[in-house]
Amino acid sequence: MSMKKNYVVETIRKAQMVQLLAEGKRMDERALDQLRPLTIETGVIQKANGSARVTLGNTQVIAGVKIATGIPFPDTPDKGILMVNAEILPMSSPYAEPGPPSEEAIELARVVDRGIRESEMVDLGKLGLVPGKTVIAVFVDCNIMNVDGNLFDATSYAVVSALRTAKMKKYVVKDDKAEATEEMVPVPVERTPVSVTLARIGDRLVVDPNTEEEASMDMRITITTDDDGNICASQKGEASTISPAQVLEAADTSIRVGKQIRAQIMESTK
Amino acid sequence: MVEAKRKLIDGNGKRLDGRAWNELRPISLQVGLMKNADGSAYIEWGKNKIMAAVYGPKEVHPKHQVLPDRALLRCRYHMAPFSVDERKNPAPSRREIEISKVIREALVPAVIVEDYPRTAIEVWVEVLQSDGGSRVAGITAASLALADAGINMRDLVVGCSCGLIGDQVVSDLDDTEDKEGDGDMPVAIMPNLGLVSLLQVDGIYTREQFQQAFELAIEKGKQVYGMQREALTAKFFSGDGAVSSVEEGTE
Repeated sequence: MSMKKNYVVETIRKAQMVQLLAEGKRMDERALDQLRPLTIETGVIQKANGSARVTLGNTQVIAGVKIATGIPFPDTPDKGILMVNAEILPMSSPYAEPGPPSEEAIELARVVDRGIRESEMVDLGKLGLVPGKTVIAVFVDCNIMNVDGNLFDATSYAVVSALRTAKMKKYVVKDDKAEATEEMVPVPVERTPVSVTLARIGDRLVVDPNTEEEASMDMRITITTDDDGNICASQKGEASTISPAQVLEAADTSIRVGKQIRAQIMESTK
Repeated sequence: MVEAKRKLIDGNGKRLDGRAWNELRPISLQVGLMKNADGSAYIEWGKNKIMAAVYGPKEVHPKHQVLPDRALLRCRYHMAPFSVDERKNPAPSRREIEISKVIREALVPAVIVEDYPRTAIEVWVEVLQSDGGSRVAGITAASLALADAGINMRDLVVGCSCGLIGDQVVSDLDDTEDKEGDGDMPVAIMPNLGLVSLLQVDGIYTREQFQQAFELAIEKGKQVYGMQREALTAKFFSGDGAVSSVEEGTE
């Protein structure tokens, strides 16, 4: 959520920040490509099929997976359904409000969903039950609990961690009818996509912007990579531009930084 | 899906509509068709038919949205219910809300918003028929409509989408290629400044394919920019001063 609320203060802060960045420094003394402390707890909601609480600095997100049967989309009759949604809770910041989802919340949910979907993290082919009639539907809902910048990455890590640890009932098909058994099996997870968001402040790119940095950024770019270092989703944001050279720089940074984050996610979701 | 997949590129490297991997669909542009709007442009790009209209600078309502130092740019990308195979609900979908946002963010850097403090500039993009790549076609028309409205600008904005069919990078995916292909990468650029103002990616690209598709999108965008410029100069500098039309075949 963008927090450009106090024009004068932010303009002064930005000038300071740009000056520091010219020396390769950030306000909170992080390296330009350094994440804030990332914590991942899984299994925090017992009623969910899978869940995770992620904190990235002071940003906190809880993701919960709920699994049910559903009707497949007409163009993919034998594939399961995956839906990722996010809500920026009114409690998450003094600037958040209840009501229909804002443009920012919609973009957040769609960009996170895109990274998970396009990386083929969940093998939807294994979630078909009765072609054209019944498939397994995986819903991942994210509650943004506290906003301190970089909701894109925190939410994405929460979704990936919740899915990696989710268990669902095993279904058997009898006479074209799907029946749930008591046996619990893992969700068919094949890949571990990792989203890395960079903000441009002045002319420098910084990884994992906090609220203060987001208020001063001109441009934001999120790039999601998979286990083989392939790029599977991206989104440029904010009303500014990026040079082609900086797009490629951001891609290389995302591949490199993504590798470390993936290792932590895998370790936390073993 | 894989088993039912049509072959999108044949043995001779031709796509379903006969194009080579790096060719554009036919594009035509017309500037200044709408009478009430301050500026407008109509684009046909493949089967896409999109009208963009601009109103402003005008007073901001509601007033609390006023920006003290620059214009507020509003943008709505909307698909007509009859623009796609199955009727689309006319209420704005989550997809349209996201696209409206990225189009706005692609256009704002080109508009000298500081020249119009405390005003609103409205950009309405209506997709009458959709055929893959509608957001980049919409941006291409919208920036022409802004120029037609006489809004001060740093550059035009022009878009092109590239993507993947199997391992092959291709330019300008149509509807079928977008749905059945393996990746889509819409890019918008400000061609004279050499800057990117919209970038979205889906599909699985190696680092090399990513760069190739990205650079191809920029190259193709520059090609569309030529047509954009022609359409604009034709309106203002052709003898009759009437509506202009520029058509370009596949290269």
